[in-house]
Amino acid sequence: MTDQPEFDYPKVYLYRRIVQAKLFIDRHYADKIDLDNISDEAYFSKFHFIRLFKTVYGKTPHQYLKATRIERAKQLLREGGAVSDACFAVGFDSLSSFSGLFKREVGQSASAYAAQHQRTKAQIAKTPLAFVPGCYAYQHGWLDENRNFEETDQ
Amino acid sequence: MITRMTVTNIHVIDQDSAYDFYVNKLGFRLVDDIPMGPDTRWLTVSPPEQPDLQLVLFPVKVSKMFPKETAETLIALIRKGVFGCGVLTCNDIFATYEELKAKGVVFLKAPTKEFYGTEALFKDDSGNYFSLQPLNNFSNENNV
Repeated sequence: MTDQPEFDYPKVYLYRRIVQAKLFIDRHYADKIDLDNISDEAYFSKFHFIRLFKTVYGKTPHQYLKATRIERAKQLLREGGAVSDACFAVGFDSLSSFSGLFKREVGQSASAYAAQHQRTKAQIAKTPLAFVPGCYAYQHGWLDENRNFEETDQ
Repeated sequence: MITRMTVTNIHVIDQDSAYDFYVNKLGFRLVDDIPMGPDTRWLTVSPPEQPDLQLVLFPVKVSKMFPKETAETLIALIRKGVFGCGVLTCNDIFATYEELKAKGVVFLKAPTKEFYGTEALFKDDSGNYFSLQPLNNFSNENNV
């Protein structure tokens, strides 16, 4: 076994370009990027690039960009950010298009998603052990200092 | 009848570093990150398409669970790379290999054609290693 072996497999250069394009989206999802920027990054024709990208990642670059923005918005909302702040921070121009896409993809509105996570956070702060399997809490010794669990007779 | 695995452990040496590795490099989803006192967290992650399996990033340190000698022995063995933690699957092993390598993941074996299919090996930030295989390694055609 060797660390980080250098080796080539068929079409290695294609894989590297597709991966670089994906990482480009990961880094710049909040910027005004479009397919031309992304395929330029991969040095491909747009059509060929989209086909290869979808073969590797199961989504077109446009679908992947949207999914990345929504995932990041979910993270910001879980952290307590406002819906409008999350919308613009991940690269959307319009609150209505963000809200529509968020509801379609996540299955609930952005504000409902944020409220649900704030309720969960409050519950975790109040009774953290209710969110940990009892066997782990016991083994860690966390039950000793906490009264969130009923004691049972052995 | 046992029906599913829901929670399992990955013993790690440093939870902050493990969080960075599993969430930022491997792309796993954070499930819980709950403070449980000084220097202790309940930290669990899930593979992106398997939200009902929680991997506990379980810190090995001197505690009620691990007396000093046990903790030191276990840490030494993890660092040595003794523990294989299982097989992770992906759609495309070459793209996944290139992406993880670009993110700084250390591979012990590049994608290699074995009799059971194509496989790569990489290690986490503690020293645990995983097999990486494409999903089609597990199709029926390869098992007959």
